Parts: sequence; C-alpha cells; structure tokens
Amino acid sequence: MLDNLALLVQFPAVTVDVVVNGLLIGAIFALAAYGMALVWGVLNIVNVVQGELVVLGGYVTFLLVQAGMPPLLGLPVSAVVMFGVGWVIYRAIVFRVVDKDVFISILATFGLAILIQQLANLSFGADVRSVDAGLGSAYFLDGMVTVAWVKLIAFVLALVAGAALWLFLRHARLGQAIRATAQNPRAARILGIDTGRVYAATYALNAALCGAAGSLAVMAWTIHPYMGLPYTVRSFMVVVVAGVGNVGAVVAAGLGLGALENVAGFVLGTEFQIAFVFALMVAILVWRHGRAARRREHLK
Amino acid sequence: MKKGLFAGVFLGLALLVAPAAAEEPGVIRLGAAVSLTGKYSSNGAFTRKGYDLAVTKINEAGGVTVAGKPYRLEVIYYDDESTPARGAQLVERLIQQDKVQYLLGPYSSGLTEAIAPVTEKYGVPMVEANGAAISLFRKGYRYLFAVLSTTDEYLRGAVDIAARLSDDPAKLRVAMAFENDPFSQDVRDGVLADMKRHGMKVVVDDKLPPELNDMSATLSKVKALRPDLMLISGHDKGASLAIRQFADQRVNVPMLALTHCDSARIAENFGPAAEYALCAAQWASTLTYADDLFGSASDYARLYEETYGEVAPYQAAESSAAVQVYADAFERAKSLDPEDVRNALAETQMMTFYGRIEFDETGKNIAKPTVLFQVQDGQYVVVYPEEFAEAKIRWPTPPWSER
Repeated sequence: MLDNLALLVQFPAVTVDVVVNGLLIGAIFALAAYGMALVWGVLNIVNVVQGELVVLGGYVTFLLVQAGMPPLLGLPVSAVVMFGVGWVIYRAIVFRVVDKDVFISILATFGLAILIQQLANLSFGADVRSVDAGLGSAYFLDGMVTVAWVKLIAFVLALVAGAALWLFLRHARLGQAIRATAQNPRAARILGIDTGRVYAATYALNAALCGAAGSLAVMAWTIHPYMGLPYTVRSFMVVVVAGVGNVGAVVAAGLGLGALENVAGFVLGTEFQIAFVFALMVAILVWRHGRAARRREHLK
Repeated sequence: MKKGLFAGVFLGLALLVAPAAAEEPGVIRLGAAVSLTGKYSSNGAFTRKGYDLAVTKINEAGGVTVAGKPYRLEVIYYDDESTPARGAQLVERLIQQDKVQYLLGPYSSGLTEAIAPVTEKYGVPMVEANGAAISLFRKGYRYLFAVLSTTDEYLRGAVDIAARLSDDPAKLRVAMAFENDPFSQDVRDGVLADMKRHGMKVVVDDKLPPELNDMSATLSKVKALRPDLMLISGHDKGASLAIRQFADQRVNVPMLALTHCDSARIAENFGPAAEYALCAAQWASTLTYADDLFGSASDYARLYEETYGEVAPYQAAESSAAVQVYADAFERAKSLDPEDVRNALAETQMMTFYGRIEFDETGKNIAKPTVLFQVQDGQYVVVYPEEFAEAKIRWPTPPWSER
C-alpha cells in the first residue's frame, strides 16, 4: 500500500492517469444514476433492475453493431429502444408497485432483475461481449496518461444529458408534470395531470438513460448477462450521496465516486476496490443519518 | 399427500426404468449434471456437446465390449443451473433414483468440488474434464479422475518462456493480476513457485474482484512500473477486459500471458488489439496428438465443426476424452462393477487426440502438458511446448506507438 502511494508521488503522470480514468468511469455511473434518482424521486421506487437495464442497452448496441451499424450510431438507437422497453416494463409490472411499500417495489424490481439476467443469458448466451468503437485513445505525457475516446464521449454525454435533463424538468411541459407528480401526486391528478402517463414516461426515460450508459459500457468495457449488479450498486450509491432532486449533485457524486474508486483500487489494490465502495456507502449512510437526526432535533 | 405423491412418482419411474432395462440389456448409462443455464451455460453446452460427440462416435464404432458382451453408451443429463448446491443434489438423484453407477464431471472446478464428496460417499467413479483446481486433488478422493491439466500448470509455460528468452531471469520483473477466486488463485500459486526458483521479482500483485468491470487502476500501475512479463487470469471477463484496456490505455509490456483468451475469443473480438497475447489452453486442434477413434486432433476439430457448426473449444475436446477414458476402462475392467471400473480407471494409460492420459494416485492427469497459443495475425498459433509448436513466439511485443 505504501509502495503504491510512493508510486503516485514519484510519477505524477500516473496520478493524473488514475484520476482521469476514474472520472471517466464515474461519468457512466452518473448517467445510470440520473435515471435512478428520477425514478426514486417521482415513483418512490428504488429501481434494483437499473444495472440490468444498462446491460440490456449494451446488448442492443452489440446486436446493432453485429448487424453492421456503426457503433456510435448504436448509442442513440439503444436509448430509443430502451425507452420503449422501459415503457413496456412500467405498463406490465412496475405500475403495480408504485404506491406500495418500498419493500414490495424492491422485491418486484429485484425479481425483474433476475428475470432479465436469465432472459439475456438465454437469448444472447453467457459470453462476454464487447464492441470496438474503432476510435482508439488519446494520450499525453509520453503515453503515461491515456484517455479512450469512447470514455471521453461518455464524459461529455453525461454532462450534456445532465444539463438536458435539468432543462427538461424545468421547462418542458412533461418535465413540469413530472416534478408536479413527484411533489404531490394527488394534487397533480386533481389539476388534470395524467399521473399514470407521467410515471410511465419517467420510467421509460430512466431506461433510455440506462440504454445510453450501457451502449457506452459495451464500447468502453465488456458486458455479460450478470454484469448488472455493479451498475445498480453504483447508481444507488450516487443517489444516496446526491439525493433525488439534484441533477448537479448526481454528476458530482458520480464523477467523485469513479475517481475515488479508481484511486482506492490503485492504492489499496483492486481486491479492495469494491470493498472500498461499500465501506464508503456505509460511511455516507451513517453520516446522512446523523445529519438528518440533528436536523430533527433542531426542529424540535 | 406428499408421501403419496412421492410414492406415485417413484412407482412411475420404476415402471419406466424396469422394462427399458429388460429390453435393452446392453446399455451402460453414464450420468452428468452440467450447466445448461446460468453463468456457465456456454461452457456447460460445450461440455455436453463433447460428451455427446464421443458417445455417438463410440456407439457408431460398435460400442464397448465388456467381457465379450457389446454395450452401447448412454448419458443422462441434468441441468445444474451453474449452482454447486443444485449440482450435488442432482448427482445424488442420478445415483439414488436413476441408479447411475458412473459419472461424468460437470463444468467448472466449483461444481466438481461440490459433487466429488457425493460420488465419494457412494463409491461411484467420476471422470471429469472441466474441474482443474489443484485443491480437488489434495483431498484424497479415490473415485475422482481428471483428464485435464490442473490449474497450477496453466501459466507456468509463460514463466518458462520468459526465463528462456532472457539473459538473466533473475532480473525479470513480473506483474500479476488474478481474479480473487479459487481457479485464478491456483493459477497464481502455480507460477509463484517457478518465479521464485528463477529469482524473478513480483512488482504488481493485484487480486481482481469477481464483480470488477474495469481494471484501469491495475493497468496504470503497470504503466508506471514497466514489468517484463504480465500474467492475467480472470475467466472470459478478465481476458476480454484486459485486452480491451491494454489497447485503450496503451500499456506496453514485452510479454502478456492470459488464461481463457480462446474461450473469450479475443482474436475474433478485438482484432489487432489481441496480437502478441499468449493464451494458456488445455488443448489445440493443431497439436500432433492422435487416437484410433477420432483420428488426429485436427480430425476431431473437423468432426466437431461439421456436427455443431462452430469451432471446437478445448472444453468440448477434454469432455470427449473423458468418455473415451471410460470406454477404455470398461473394456479393461471386464466387469461393470463400479469398484472394478474404478481400479481400471486408475491404471489408465492411453493416447487420445486430446493428449496422453495417465492418472497419478490423486486422480489428476500427469501425462499432458498445457499449451500456450500466441495470437499471430489474427490466428491462435501454438508456440509452447516447443516440441508441439507450430511457430516461434513473437517477442518482444512492440510498443503501441509502433503497432
């Protein structure tokens, strides 16, 4: 561990490489986390099937590329296809658990996650899939710092998607309806908002964001049917840290998590990388709980 | 109610089995729980195809003759869903309900490890072809036989080549990234002893978590430390990820050796990024091994491709060899008593298209070396062991700026 720290000091370029790559990893987490925050905030559902939606998005891109489509074009198409998938999932299953206890919705989405894993395994096989975007890498400082173009695209896209989402929620009619429904579904219904439609749109939008994240994941890394969990856990963490109502905080938390995770993997060794993520989550939950308790005390 | 149901099912099974046994006396039934669903489903399918191909071929050639009487081979399969507990349960069922007296192995070391105590308990021999963990052979199992080379052998070839190519092996610096699972850690243990013997220095020793989806932290370290040899083992996922990220992060290492890169199809999936990578494998269709049943290794590969429309993976080849071992043992045992068959298995000494098979007292095959492929111009070419090699190793790997 000390050796690794010394390495960071000795080679500043390596530090830059580790942090930059971490930020880029975080961008893909942030993308999936927007959707989770949205669903959590509006439908009050912890969407445990998030990672599977990411993986499905990856498969859509993979299949399109197999069929001869340029990889980057697969990105918007995956988002659109997943929008449809999200809509169907909502209309078939999720709407049943919207007003129910949080445990029921966790159980339902967890079951859905297992179902999608197995279906993906049956239809696409258990093989590890990856798509070569054919873009290569940018490199600086004598090749010590490398940035895969795909990851850079992911980074830019995460920021653009964040901004677009913020504008959409603020100014578009549907966005305003989504916010109204999140604040008070009953009042929204009274004012003529079709909350069922808003819920469906929100869930579909979430799936579309996951589709984009998955499309980038299959180009930057690899996917296979059981790859969903890391994305679910990371999205959950990001939302826990950032809260459900703040797009900017989601970006910051996503990028921060990616960078911290990568530095931890470097310094502590990769065997502790995931452990670090979970430890961090526990620490943050304890901290938030404490903060919430203090606030309550203050109110009394 | 429940009792009645059980009795009914049992009676039904008994009725089904009894006349079949009476009409067809010349059938030897083997049993296998393989992974047809779940995370091992693709490799489980290879395992089954390998068994089926050998059974068909042996039956076509007249079956096996035990003490003058001809028998056909038949395999009863169950799907273990890639879970060890299910595998053990199904093997219990194969032995207890289906009265199977000879077992073929499942896919993966984990499942073999779960099943071996059961076969041991009932004294049923198991010839397995896909559980390579060395730990399986340290438990004193009497009825377990494995046709493949054990995990600790996988990457020893790479260390051996690196040592031979270098003027002073003691100066070599090695980076290792092994998944934190029994298989990969066995591979690691196997090379550590050799590296120590040569006096090589380990500069990176990362354990990849099974959920890992990115290894850039490890690769940044490798870039800074510039080792002479990098060893990676993390199943298909680890191999794919390593090749993808080596190219993306432009990591320069003179020699890179991995496991599972043929099952991950790195040459097909990653093209030029996979060039120069060394891949440990149990078997290659270009090796010069041959037997009377299948002919040469390349004959086997051709037959497999004609039958299933895909390239023969080594998982299928070793599975076929396991059935051949049984056929040979039945004939030599001159009896169908499981204990006699077990003793005949222990004395196996045969050449197959898959390689020589001879078991030591722990049941592992000690007669066959693992091979190393190198990806050369998009093809997997055998470069080690040198006596079976098709081509010379391309070394050192040029830096990315020249590739």
